Amino acid sequence: MTATLPQTGSRRLSTAKAMVEAISQEMQRDESVFVLGEDVGAYGGIFSSTTGLLDQFGPTRVLDTPISETAFIGLAIGAAVEGMRPVVELMFVDFMGVCLDQIYNHMAKIHYESGGHVSVPLVLTTAVGGGYSDGAQHSQCLWGTFAHLPGMKVVAPSTPYDAKGLMTAAIRDPGPVIYMFHKGVMGLAWMAKNQRSIGAVPEEPYEIEIGKANVVRSGADVTVVTISLSVHHALDVAEQLAGEGISCEVIDLRSIVPLDRAAIRASVAKTGRLVVVDEDYASFGLSGEVIASVVEHDPGLLRAAPVRVAVPDVPIPYARELEYAVLPTPARITEAIREVMRP
Amino acid sequence: MGSVDSDTRIDLYRMMVLIRSFEEAIRAEYHADKKPAWDIGAGLIPGEMHLSAGQEPVAAGLMAHLRPDDAVTATHRPHHLAIAHGVDLGAMTAEIFGRETGLGKGRGGHMHLFDPATHFSCSGIIAEGYPAALGQAFAFRSRGSDAIAVAVAGEGAANAGAFHEALNLGALWQLPVVFVVEDNDWGISVPRGASTSVASNADRGAAHGMPSVRVEGNDVEAVYRAAGEAVQRARSGGGPSLIEIHTLRLWGHFEGDAQGYRPDLDEVDDHDPIPAYEATLRADGVLDEEGIGKIRTQAADRVEQAIQFAKSSPTPDPGEAHRYVFAGAS
Repeated sequence: MTATLPQTGSRRLSTAKAMVEAISQEMQRDESVFVLGEDVGAYGGIFSSTTGLLDQFGPTRVLDTPISETAFIGLAIGAAVEGMRPVVELMFVDFMGVCLDQIYNHMAKIHYESGGHVSVPLVLTTAVGGGYSDGAQHSQCLWGTFAHLPGMKVVAPSTPYDAKGLMTAAIRDPGPVIYMFHKGVMGLAWMAKNQRSIGAVPEEPYEIEIGKANVVRSGADVTVVTISLSVHHALDVAEQLAGEGISCEVIDLRSIVPLDRAAIRASVAKTGRLVVVDEDYASFGLSGEVIASVVEHDPGLLRAAPVRVAVPDVPIPYARELEYAVLPTPARITEAIREVMRP
Repeated sequence: MGSVDSDTRIDLYRMMVLIRSFEEAIRAEYHADKKPAWDIGAGLIPGEMHLSAGQEPVAAGLMAHLRPDDAVTATHRPHHLAIAHGVDLGAMTAEIFGRETGLGKGRGGHMHLFDPATHFSCSGIIAEGYPAALGQAFAFRSRGSDAIAVAVAGEGAANAGAFHEALNLGALWQLPVVFVVEDNDWGISVPRGASTSVASNADRGAAHGMPSVRVEGNDVEAVYRAAGEAVQRARSGGGPSLIEIHTLRLWGHFEGDAQGYRPDLDEVDDHDPIPAYEATLRADGVLDEEGIGKIRTQAADRVEQAIQFAKSSPTPDPGEAHRYVFAGAS
């Protein structure tokens, strides 16, 4: 694993372009890497996750598939078993229902069932997240579902820099990695984007260690643990609350599996207060797991009851007013931080 | 359609006998220590046990054309295919016994056999083994190898989405695959007629523009000939084929299945393919009593060695149940 990460430099890329650059560099480096999925060729990925790769590498290494997720994800698994390194795209994570057997019964279990004799080095990329009225079947995050099922690593970058480093690490990983990119961090021209969806990215290849969280803002009063798009909301809120004298430490988990429990504990040991912000459903998921990581270890670390800001257990609604009532918005994060800070 | 030469016929017979010896031995071991109160989780071999007796012609006829660098994906009823493809008998038996020396170090079990040496795998999920074969074939072709993949599942699987998705993608990309439907007439207790809308699944291959054939009679030589054509087609870049093979489930869906639903139960043994083939080979002067006896003894010896290897192997350390979840981790 990379000991020191490169300087960010001054070149700025969108998250989507940073992600594609990592795939492209790995495809140049390693002939066994190839890309397949729906609309990954001429279209370049519905969320620009494969833009330009077809022109660069041609149709034998960048393959549009039929709408047959079971067949083409299964194909990727078979190719990985034989030593290739597929990057296979499930267009929206919400579509996992049509191919979940390949993912959790095959991709995730083969290494274990074979006693370590057979590896499945593949990256399953998938778009997650809502906020643009795409309704209940195109707006979920669902990382908690994948994380719950043993055998796959799960990552979700929030910035262009991390998107590149995590993709490089994911492609080089000897096992399966679910790479979940939030549409709202990709820097797409046709969707509202946060200010950090375009950022400095080094040209040379580098890896962000999977399983390592990043303290993106240091603080003393409260730890805000989050991931993906919500990192940006948390940073915006932290900046605002600093003006009121509340010092927030913001942790970008970057990986859900493995979960960096040590980083979470170290921060809570310092602040004594914990808010978890998660765009996935609230119950039985990441937010509960983060809290368990602290209280199972030492309940005495907490000075106040932890608070979760997550999607309540309802399908993501269509109407803007309803959708923003359930998403972890800056307003809800602010309210949660005030709650844990209440004397 | 040329005739099958004598040496090949003897090899086919020898393979069928080896498979049957193995299944009979596993059956005996499986039931040996489940008395007096039958408990599926008890004994040296615990869990569900799906044996392939009666389906030997499928495995022997198909695998005779394969090389160790060809891939095979199989089902919850995998032993005959694994043995015929050359999976190490000792390591396979040890896996069935849940031992550390098994193919999966006791993490897999009899429905989850993985052998990188022969590119063999199986899955307990109906029809879901077909897609992986596409990828193995894709990898072989990408590397410029003429190795192929053979994907086997039952007639029940031909009604599942994974089967149809795989046929379409295999045909679309002209991958070096042979799709096989092993029709043993029964999806656990549901007869084929109650599950399948067409008389022959070969019709479904035709729907994807794929050369397709149904082989009747549970006849190992007919399987051998049909497989030879399909394997040759795949190996020479001619794309995928589909073969449906009508075979026979001699025993229950799993051990302990009383098969009360089966009207043909009293006559099943009359259709056992091994005595039938033996009679043919005798009548044709290919094998005599002595030759047959020798083949049986050799098979029994190999199986016995494998069983002894399994029984004498250590069980996995319970403290190591967490190992192998992630590749590259200790």
